[in-house]
Amino acid sequence: MALTITSSSQENTARLTLVGEVDGTTAPDLRIQVDKLLTSATRMLVLDVEQLTFMSSAGLRVLIFAKQKQPMLNIYVLKPQPPIVDTLRKTGFYDGVYVTDVEPDTGTAKA
Amino acid sequence: MVEIEFPRSFRIGGVYAMIVFDLDYEDLEYGYRLSGPYNPSRGLRFDHSKILSDPYARVLGGRDVWRAEPDWNNIYQHRSRLAFDDFDWEGDYPLETPIQDLVFYELHVRGFTAQSSSQVSAPGTYAGLREKIPYLKELGINCVELLPIYEFDEWENNRHHPETGELLLNYWGYSTVAFFAPKAGYAATGGLGMQVDELKTTIKELHRNGIEVVLDVVFNHTAEGDHRGPTISFRGIDNQAYYMLTPEGYYYNFSGCGNTLNCNHPVARNMVIDCLRYWASEYHIDGFRFDLASILGRDQSGAPLSNPPLLESLAFDPVLSKCKLIAEAWDAGGLYQVGSFPAYGRWAEWNGKYRDAIRRFIKGDEGVVEEMATRIQGSPDLYWYRGPTASTNFITCHDGFTLQDLVSFNGKHNEANGENNNDGGNDNNSWNCGWEGESTDPAVNELRTRQIKNAVTILMVSQGVPMILMGDEIGRTQKGNNNAYCHDNEYSWMDWTLAETNPCMLRFFQKLIAFRHAHPALRRNGFFAHRDIRGTGSADITFHGLRPFAPDYSAWSRCLAFMLSGPNASEPDDDIYIAMNMYWDALPFRVPRACNDSPWKIAINTSMPSPQDIFEQGGEPNLGNEEIVVGPRSIIVLTADTRSFKGEK
Repeated sequence: MALTITSSSQENTARLTLVGEVDGTTAPDLRIQVDKLLTSATRMLVLDVEQLTFMSSAGLRVLIFAKQKQPMLNIYVLKPQPPIVDTLRKTGFYDGVYVTDVEPDTGTAKA
Repeated sequence: MVEIEFPRSFRIGGVYAMIVFDLDYEDLEYGYRLSGPYNPSRGLRFDHSKILSDPYARVLGGRDVWRAEPDWNNIYQHRSRLAFDDFDWEGDYPLETPIQDLVFYELHVRGFTAQSSSQVSAPGTYAGLREKIPYLKELGINCVELLPIYEFDEWENNRHHPETGELLLNYWGYSTVAFFAPKAGYAATGGLGMQVDELKTTIKELHRNGIEVVLDVVFNHTAEGDHRGPTISFRGIDNQAYYMLTPEGYYYNFSGCGNTLNCNHPVARNMVIDCLRYWASEYHIDGFRFDLASILGRDQSGAPLSNPPLLESLAFDPVLSKCKLIAEAWDAGGLYQVGSFPAYGRWAEWNGKYRDAIRRFIKGDEGVVEEMATRIQGSPDLYWYRGPTASTNFITCHDGFTLQDLVSFNGKHNEANGENNNDGGNDNNSWNCGWEGESTDPAVNELRTRQIKNAVTILMVSQGVPMILMGDEIGRTQKGNNNAYCHDNEYSWMDWTLAETNPCMLRFFQKLIAFRHAHPALRRNGFFAHRDIRGTGSADITFHGLRPFAPDYSAWSRCLAFMLSGPNASEPDDDIYIAMNMYWDALPFRVPRACNDSPWKIAINTSMPSPQDIFEQGGEPNLGNEEIVVGPRSIIVLTADTRSFKGEK
């Protein structure tokens, strides 16, 4: 299944909506989008993954890439499905992101 | 799939190097095809038809999910992959806990949580182990020693269970396929290729809880076996360099597993050093226990070396300088080096002589008391130049009976291994307490419980570094099987319901480990001087019998007492008196005076039911007498508060 990415950004917040699957084939597209969106001013990255059914190692590594590119970044993983939460927990990624079912307040991006 | 030939310009000497651009490094699997002469009598076994895995592969595909049957027609079974060094350790480092302060807990990553009774979300995995950290912390251990987690092939076994017909496995994993790759089948996320992250996350969490991680590493042989074994990597790359070969080109078998890694060949030696450095730096591993380590001291023809280059290099390696290095100081070729392992003042050893002496003492053998006096001091006869921390003390380990089985079986019962009960050791020094196997006799079971408490009490009051086997604290049984290497089932798995049926045993272990942690006199890093340095009136250790200062070392003696002087310890401590009576009747022990005539309190009495068997610190009852009756086959430990003693410096 393919991956559809919708992106937007405003002030210090970048937002990506992911639909489909992030695997070894589609992860590079995600990485390119993240690379494009993040600027030195970006403090918050919101990944709306409600309609994402699978995220592979390659996809999770994009989160690391984002953190490395912008160390001050807070990553919000919005409405992930249980298998994705499970993978995030077991691999330790869970501790490095905010997993939430509630739309984060983009006006309060933390430093 | 694509196959790229190495042009001549990409080779210098015997080194081939190539950069291939535009590969998808996330999904890349790679291997090598080598051509060369096939001439076994000269030790050459090149095979152009095989695709070989990289000896330095950081991740291996092909056995991603435990026990998922592979495609046997695939000519490339173990496929090299890439790992990434982007893990966020969040400031974690190896803990560097002084070795004398450690209490090892030997566990099998899968077996620890595989049974549903573990109630973890991912049974049998690194993630499952992580969920059980609170249990380990409550137990009080501060170092887990993991049975092999290097990539191995659980399918490497062709035996069947003689009754059920079930295919047996290589469950323990003492047969390495790739030294640099963590076992994917132990990761809940192995199917996603994320075993590296899962393992690192588990290590980070263990460290956060003050628990070190020591790996059981198997450098004595590989999974390629003898001349009939599969060609996976080393055999097809440089058979002569990686393996010890007979003059006829066959494999020396000092490991008992078909081949022997040629550890003192420069190429193999460098691989071992590179590998350990990688695990220490990349995975923050705190130490290594070397399986059949005596092989690492043999030369290329198999003869023992007086100054083995590999062992010396490891002892003085700067990257590994804070890592614990522990040798299983024997091999299957008959070399037994407990106490004489080439240690360079650095290596510790699994002390097999300690195990044997304690087992014989608690079962009531004659002629052991004098040796006991040596073993509880950290075996100065073996480790005089290294100190007591060179002695890893253990009574049980994965190899042999569990502690429950040690007191429940006179002989091994390995029929389920499919070898007509011929495998496994016969020198168990075990005693079934009157009935072979599980018993409904309350007297038998009470005695077994007491013997377990005796064993672990001796272990925890001995100088040296104690090691407990997974599940001994709750009475785990392997039904008399003393070689459960092939059982991925109830024989080997931790039965967590035992924690509920044996809460008193678990409590005893927890309190006893806490007792050891509370008393520096039990955790010396130097041998006793047998002198009274602080002027307390008593040497740092004194030995006693039924009367003070009169130990009975005669052949028929079965009891021994000793006293540790608290003020003569490295930090101020209580005086501690331990009376061990392995005679079948109660015996009265007159107790020596503690420093400053401080009153003795009863900390431990293994003949009493829980909770009177061990008391919380501060809650111990006074002895109130100069004599104490130690029950049949029982141990009593007394303490006297001497911490405020102000003596000579």
